[in-house]
This record gives sequence, C-alpha cells and structure tokens, in this order.
Amino acid sequence: MINKLKINKLKEKLISRILFFCGVFSILITIGIIISLFSEAISFFLRPEVSIIKFFTGTNWRPLSSKVSSDNFGVLPLILGTMLIGIISAIISVPLGLGSAIFLSEYASEKTRDIIKPLIEILAGIPSVVYGYFALSFINPIIQTVFEDWFGLDVNFFNALSASMVLAIMIIPTVTSISEDAIRAVPGSLREGALSLGATKFEVITKVVLPAALSGIIAAFILAISRAVGETMAVTIAAGATPRMTFNPLNSVQTMTSFIVQVSFGDAPTGSVNGQSIFAVGATLFMITLLMNIASDFILNRYREEYE
Amino acid sequence: MTNNDKPKLSVKDFNLFYGKFQALRDVTIGIPENQITSIIGPSGCGKSTFLRSFNRMNDLIPSVHTSGKIELDNENIFETDVVELRQRVGMVFQRPNPFPKSIFENIAFGPRAHGVRDKLILSEIVEKSLRQSALWDEVKDQIHKSGLALSGGQQQRLCIARALAVEPEVILMDEPASALDPIATLKIEDLIQLLKVKYTIVIVTHNMQQAARASDFTLFFNMADDRAGYLVESGNTVDIFTNPKEHQTEQYISGRFG
Repeated sequence: MINKLKINKLKEKLISRILFFCGVFSILITIGIIISLFSEAISFFLRPEVSIIKFFTGTNWRPLSSKVSSDNFGVLPLILGTMLIGIISAIISVPLGLGSAIFLSEYASEKTRDIIKPLIEILAGIPSVVYGYFALSFINPIIQTVFEDWFGLDVNFFNALSASMVLAIMIIPTVTSISEDAIRAVPGSLREGALSLGATKFEVITKVVLPAALSGIIAAFILAISRAVGETMAVTIAAGATPRMTFNPLNSVQTMTSFIVQVSFGDAPTGSVNGQSIFAVGATLFMITLLMNIASDFILNRYREEYE
Repeated sequence: MTNNDKPKLSVKDFNLFYGKFQALRDVTIGIPENQITSIIGPSGCGKSTFLRSFNRMNDLIPSVHTSGKIELDNENIFETDVVELRQRVGMVFQRPNPFPKSIFENIAFGPRAHGVRDKLILSEIVEKSLRQSALWDEVKDQIHKSGLALSGGQQQRLCIARALAVEPEVILMDEPASALDPIATLKIEDLIQLLKVKYTIVIVTHNMQQAARASDFTLFFNMADDRAGYLVESGNTVDIFTNPKEHQTEQYISGRFG
C-alpha cells in the first residue's frame, strides 16, 4: 500500500518536472537566440570601420563594396524597403481581411462559414517559396501590363509591389481571424439594441460593431504588418536585392530579411564585417517586430475592458 | 379589453415556430393604447418570444417562421418595412445594453440612424429623452462620459431614454428590472407609470408583485403539454389578480408553480 502511494507521488513529481522542462525549453531557446543575435550585433558595432550612429541614420547600404567604410553601413534603405512592402501589403490585406471577417461573422450562415473559413486558412499553409514564384510568374506580368503598357511607367522586373501583393495574400488569414475574433467578441445584446432602434444591419455593423471591435482590428493591423515585415522567402524572390531609398513600389528594393538571406547564401566568413552585419540587421528587425507585437498586445488588452 | 377603443396592437391567430418546434399557439389578443400591459407566465411559456414578435426581433433567428397576423394601427407588421416598424415599436432589454459610447452618443444613435444630422436638434432630443427617463438631473454634467460608467439602474434608464429618442408609439420591455436592485426597480416602475401617458407599454415580467403594481392589463401565458405557449386568459390586472377565471391562473399567481 505505502509503496504504491510512494510510486504514485513519484510519478506525479516526474510528470510535473517533465512538463516544467517543456515550458522552460522554449524560453531558454529564446534567450539563447537573443544572446547570440545581440552579441554578434554588438561586436559589429564595436568595429572601428562601423559607426552605430551612421548605421541608424545613413542612407547608403553597400556592405559588399570593396571599400569598407562606415558610410556604406546605413541601414535606412533596408528599413525603408521593409516598411514600404509591409505597409502596402497591410493596406491591401486589411480591407480584404476585415471584409471577409465581417462577412463571416455577420452575414454568412453557419454552413457557409464552415466552408469558407478553412479555405481562407489554407492560404496560411502555402509555403512562402511558392508565393515568391507566384509573384514572379503570375502577378509580375499583370503589373507590367498595367503600369508599363497602359501607363508608360518604368517597372523593374523585381519590384516591391508584386512582393507586397503576395505578402498581402499571405497575411489575409491572420487579419481575418484576429478581426473576426474581435467582431465576435462584441456582445449580441449591442447588435439587438441597435437593431431595435430601427438601424439597418449595415448601420449596426459600421456604427456599433466595428467601433466596439476597433482595438482588436487595430491589433490585427499591427500584427499583419509585423508578420509582413518578418517574412523572408517571398520578398527575397519577388522584391529584388537593390537597397535604395525609394517610395516607388515599382522599383526593386531590398528588405532586411532578404539582405540577410543574400549574405547567408554568399560566402561571407564568420567574424567578417559582412558576416556580422547580418546580425546587426537581424537585431534591428527583431526590435521592430518585438515593439509591434508589444503594441498589438497592449491594444488588445485595453479593449477587453471596454464592455462589461 | 378594458375599453371600447380600437387596440393599438392586435394579434390574430398568431403561431410561431422555431424550426419544427411550436413556441406559440393560436394567440389572439388586443393590446390597449396608452396603457401598461404586462405579460406573465412560467419560464419557457413563450412570453419573451411573443414580446419580440411585436418588433420582429425574431427575424434575426433564421429558423423562426410564423403564421397569423399582428396589426399595428390596422397595418400588418409582417408586411411593413422592418426598420420603420422598429422606429414605431421600441424595445428595452432584460440586461442594460448601452453602447460603449458616451451618454450623448447612445441617445443620438437612433435619431442619427433616421437622418437627424443637426447638432442642435440632436442635443435637444438628448435632453428631452433624458428628462423623460428621469435621468437628466443625475447625468447632465457628464453627458459626454461613457454610458458604461453609470450604475446598472442608470444604464437601464439610459436604454429607455435611447428608445424614447426615436419617438416610438409602443415600448416593449423584456423584464427590464430583473437585473436591478429593489430601489432601481422602483425607479423604473415609477418611470413606466409616467410614460404611459404618451406611449403604449408592453412589459414581460417574472415578478408577480410588479405586474400587479405596475400594469393595467395582464396577459397570462402557460405552456401546453407539447411545450407550446398559449394565452390562458387576459383582462384588467385587478381582475386577474383578485378574481381569475382559470384555475391555472390562480395557481400561478398564488405561487404554486412557475
């Protein structure tokens, strides 16, 4: 009897230990990543040929140039390229994602919803390489036809717009599911209250439901941008590798992630300026997405208190 | 009927189904104008469903279908525009449900939806509605604060003000005081008495004393063996409570079931 009790106790202890380890494991990995990322980034900034101020303010990014100088390590073109693509894809994906969220939660019947929702989620499961080549082989010809043939504008073969468009498609599921959650969280009693005053369904949605769900929708927007900013494969394939300060989405640009890929695929030796520059860029990207995720968490938490 | 006037709302052979389940059977009754009509009956007898038929709130549930007629001033409500119907027949719900907006915006919502844009007219409507719902003195200095910052009883009076702002003819109330404390409840009851001068009021209540105290006319619903609700009897509240015709009415009001 006593033996059995002891064994049971031991078992319980063991199980809780194992589960504790599982929980701690991912935290340890995160800490490890942060340490390796930032230690390399810091040793990059400590190099004599690099200046941290010029890194964050310089508008030239030529790390592979034969002349190693702090003037060639200005990260702004990469940040601008990243943000250009991130923002355009958010501008495309938010209306589409929000529209489908409104449709799913307010208009679709239970049956339609059960069919359409998994279909939208499939978009998130397509490998991003596939999206990259989809941009090159399908979206690009359309962009070229429209902007070059019809409007006579210069279109680079690799361009920010096609990358933004596939990114938008990739992040629609995120926007849809987060904003749908926010819309569904608005109590039905508010909809009934508005309907009972003689508001039309559209008025109820635009004047009561969406304002009440606004912070959740903003959070979806921020999370969508932060996903777009961190996306790598599709932009590397579609957007090109030309770091430059431009707001023209028809130009080829380089994002932070595609720079990292470019250098990683080349033969930059460990410990060289180039090898370390990707850690500095990576750390910068990490800080940007981290801040965005914190912002969206903060906004989401605030809106939980709004009704009741 | 208590008087010989034409009823404000008249219900004829009304049946309501949720899919195959019949929730209301063969209801025929007139609701007198400018009076307070209370609907009482045990849980599940369909009294809320019946109330929600008057402003076609049941339209929201896809499986609901009905037969028979409900007329508002001789007009079949199932043949009129539902938006217009709901402007004429307002509703106050069981739990206060103010919008997460300011007090002002809560009340201006209805008039805005019906095309009132002028700020001055809107402020007049807001003040008038708040006075009518006996809330003005309590909130006049914080009209731009959130409606959710008010107490439960104040929120419910805000919801009444919001319903009054679209100038309805009928106000439906679905157990409007059941989520409130006794003092807030009394305030709501007093308010309902004031409102009947201008409006026809239909109120569903679980509270027998409330029905006896606060209404002129009473409908008693019960559940048949197949769980369909039906109207057992109706009449002046005094008669129903002191001298019911039906045995089950007597049993219910004396608290023997329900």
